[in-house]
Amino acid sequence: MIMEHLLSWITFFPLVGVLVILFLPGARVRAIHIVSVIATAIPLLLSVLLLMGFNSGMGSFQFVEHKTWIPTFNIEYYMGVDGLSVPMVFLTALLSFLCVFASFGIDRLQRGYFALFLILETGMIGVFCALDFFLFYVFWEIVLFPMYFLIGIWGGPRREYAAIKFFLYTLFGSVLMLLVILALYFNSADPATGKHTFNMVTLMDQRSHGPWLKNFDIRLILYIGLYICFAIKVPVFPFHTWLPDAHVEAPTAISVILAGILLKMGTYGMLRVSYPILPDMAVYTSLFLAIMGMINIVYGALVSMAQKDFKKLIAYSSISHMGYVLLGMSVFTDQGMNGAVLQMFSHGLITGMLFLLVGVIYDRAHHRDLDGFGGLASQMPVYAGITSVAFMAALGLPGLSGFIAEALVFIGAFNVYRVVTIISATGVIITAAYILWTYQRVFFGSLAEKYKTLPEITTRELFTLVPLAIIVVIIGVYPMPILNIMSLTLHNLIMAVKP
Amino acid sequence: MEPSLIVAIVAIWPEILITATIIAVTIVGLLAKDKREVVYPALLGIAGAAGIDASLFFFQKSPLFYGMIALDPLSAFFKMVFLLAAFLVVLFSMASKEVSQSVSPEEYYASLLGATLGMCLLASSLNLVMIYISLELTSISSYILTASMRESRRSSEAGLKYSLYGAIASGVMIYGMSLLYGMTGSLYLTEIGTKLQGMSVPSQGLIIALMFVLVGFGFKISMVPFHMWAPDVYEGAPLPITAFLSVGPKAAGFAVLIRFLYTAFANPWAIPGATEGQWQYLSGIDWPDAIAWMAALTMTVGNLAAIAQTNLKRLLAYSSIAQAGYMLVGVVCLSSTGLEAVLFYVAVYLFMNLGAFLVVMVVKNSLDTEELEGYRGLGVRAPFLAAGMTIFLFALTGIPPLSGFMGKVLLFGALIKEELYWLAVVGVLNSVVSLYYYAGILKKMYLEGAPANLAPIIVPLSLLEKGLLIVLLGLTILFGIWPTPLMELARFSMNFFVL
Repeated sequence: MIMEHLLSWITFFPLVGVLVILFLPGARVRAIHIVSVIATAIPLLLSVLLLMGFNSGMGSFQFVEHKTWIPTFNIEYYMGVDGLSVPMVFLTALLSFLCVFASFGIDRLQRGYFALFLILETGMIGVFCALDFFLFYVFWEIVLFPMYFLIGIWGGPRREYAAIKFFLYTLFGSVLMLLVILALYFNSADPATGKHTFNMVTLMDQRSHGPWLKNFDIRLILYIGLYICFAIKVPVFPFHTWLPDAHVEAPTAISVILAGILLKMGTYGMLRVSYPILPDMAVYTSLFLAIMGMINIVYGALVSMAQKDFKKLIAYSSISHMGYVLLGMSVFTDQGMNGAVLQMFSHGLITGMLFLLVGVIYDRAHHRDLDGFGGLASQMPVYAGITSVAFMAALGLPGLSGFIAEALVFIGAFNVYRVVTIISATGVIITAAYILWTYQRVFFGSLAEKYKTLPEITTRELFTLVPLAIIVVIIGVYPMPILNIMSLTLHNLIMAVKP
Repeated sequence: MEPSLIVAIVAIWPEILITATIIAVTIVGLLAKDKREVVYPALLGIAGAAGIDASLFFFQKSPLFYGMIALDPLSAFFKMVFLLAAFLVVLFSMASKEVSQSVSPEEYYASLLGATLGMCLLASSLNLVMIYISLELTSISSYILTASMRESRRSSEAGLKYSLYGAIASGVMIYGMSLLYGMTGSLYLTEIGTKLQGMSVPSQGLIIALMFVLVGFGFKISMVPFHMWAPDVYEGAPLPITAFLSVGPKAAGFAVLIRFLYTAFANPWAIPGATEGQWQYLSGIDWPDAIAWMAALTMTVGNLAAIAQTNLKRLLAYSSIAQAGYMLVGVVCLSSTGLEAVLFYVAVYLFMNLGAFLVVMVVKNSLDTEELEGYRGLGVRAPFLAAGMTIFLFALTGIPPLSGFMGKVLLFGALIKEELYWLAVVGVLNSVVSLYYYAGILKKMYLEGAPANLAPIIVPLSLLEKGLLIVLLGLTILFGIWPTPLMELARFSMNFFVL
């Protein structure tokens, strides 16, 4: 029963939590916490089941659920996962679970916060499981409104501005995607039945495209429409301006979700939708994508270097790190593609740690000004230790997951776009520079008098960080398990796009 | 093919029943001690009429009374919408303090029923004189309703404005109709259509005649540039009437617009080798193009003007102008897909827009304010009410999985199918703009905490208000998740009478 509908259970179980929370009195904070933990723990356990049950030797979609939803328009409830989505589902379930613990400090309107948080989880997991384009869009949009409230109600001082900016930016992108979806729908037909279809797997089959869809200019316009939608989410330069605002103003756990999962929805969308449905355009624009990746890497790193706000620095470093994903996926080599998806997974873990760490210090010092700290290593040794793991992972130290992903990207890209790769590689040096400089400013030097009483990191906070650190180390030392899961799918994807 | 008079009389039973109810309301108003008791015959009459109307779907479509009115699913569908709107608005009026304090019940409810009767006849009229008379019945009843708060200056002013604008619009319209009669020699829509089919060159006079008639219809649906009356009238009228005007007469305008244009100025046989469900405009008058521009203008003006509003009634007035713009795009498609989309949207718009007005009314009842500022902190002071408002506003924006989203998908899908891409792009961009001002309300309710001196007040909900809110919420969500029945009904209703 559960295994047959595993994806539905993972996706919709958090909604059960929402229902329970809405019937709890708002004052019973403890009960709300417990319900939220359970409502995220079950999907996490089920997603571990998913990982174990996933057959990586099979190239097709697994755990498929296929039901009619709106027969009038041939819209289906079609869920399934492959090597690209399984790691993302696991990542989402894991980060959501840990973020519930990171949210225990929320001190007002807890009921609304956790209800929205759980709706958000449903939307995110749904995006990674949906195989019907219409369903994909519905989940994609469901992510938006909880995020608006989560930033807008529980965020920092400029939260109202950040929340509406995020909402407008991403809605603008999604309505473009909606038009593309409709254009694809009305100009394609399932070769088997002759009916219009939203089924992504059918749309990937180029034989389903009608004559209008065979026109080069049309395909390019559709591809650009999808690109803008996904590029806003990633975010790719110059669509990145919503990100620093949203990430900085959001409460800690929400920053983690934003950087750890929402950004990946953008690159996931490109790989799941744009690439296989319009493969010739993916190839046609690949150099452009590589250059955008390069700009993201170098520009993001340079801007990070100039930041004085700890959280803003991490936010810009996300832009830089997502650039590796773009570069890796633009080259259509096995290494590059595997590196890109591994980077999506690994960056989710690392940036999650980084935002959690910023949250820890902000809760104590009540500011994030990098010049205002110093000497914390002696006051908070455990915190300094775990921070060093996250920082080293972020700068790509061998033995940690970030290194493997970045190395694969560069190996894959070097022979294809040599100049772009070389320029991108300077990003690694800049990253090392700002990370080490930041570490130095926060932890070394003399300890300010007012921080002599700062308490050490608590067990609860450690609990949110350690699992991420462990996975980062495991992947860094022995990445084969996760690479095995995704390599066949990604190989097939490359074969389909650029045979 | 004229059916017997017996069938004809059976078929207009809803209208007969409404007329009888008007008489009953007047008599009960004279006899009853508490004049407010007139709502019971009113509710009973409307419900009975709706019940009979439901059975009209099963009759064979035919012209009645020598071709004056039509018995067909299209009119049955629209009548159902009007009767539902009237029923809900009577319930609104029972809950509204404004209405119970300052109108005389028997006049008020009799006028409301009069407007409903006019709309029901309008939806089935096949003759220009019939159209004019029923339109005037609707209009004059609406003027009275708008001015029904005799003590209020604003209400009287709004009523006067409305009747002045309305008189000019209907004057222009009847002039256009007389021109049309002069040029074609007939008052019957079907005969006009047959005449026009014979003409190959568009005559200047015909274009002018059509434009003049469209002024009258455009006034009813508040199409730009005939929308100027809407904000003032909406603001001045008692709230239940504002709600009524924003859905009832607007839907009636669409009913007559569709029937008029698609019977007299377009026909489905003109295209050689056309597929089913396609129309072509007649004698070279490209009215779809003109209406397409009007639609683009209507939604853009409505949305841009709404941004600056601080009074909720005015804001929703402009929003409903914009919504009319969305619905208009379905009319220009010349395809049954487009018309089905209009019908679907009219139905879901009924629920979501009435829902939004219901919240405004409840707030007005308990806080005595219609200003945006009064909504500050409503999320805490009245959580259920605020959550309801949020859902209605998201539905109006078109966020899935709510019914407004489905409606917009159908409308924009119809455009894409007919390759009217520019209009689809204008439409979706307008959705993004609309989010901005809808989110302005959300911001007031949730993001800007309640002012300290107001915080402890809880907005109470009466049983009736709560029930209405739950029903409207339920329908708004239901038709988003499970739209199939309504889609099928809209498809069936498209089967309208042409000769």
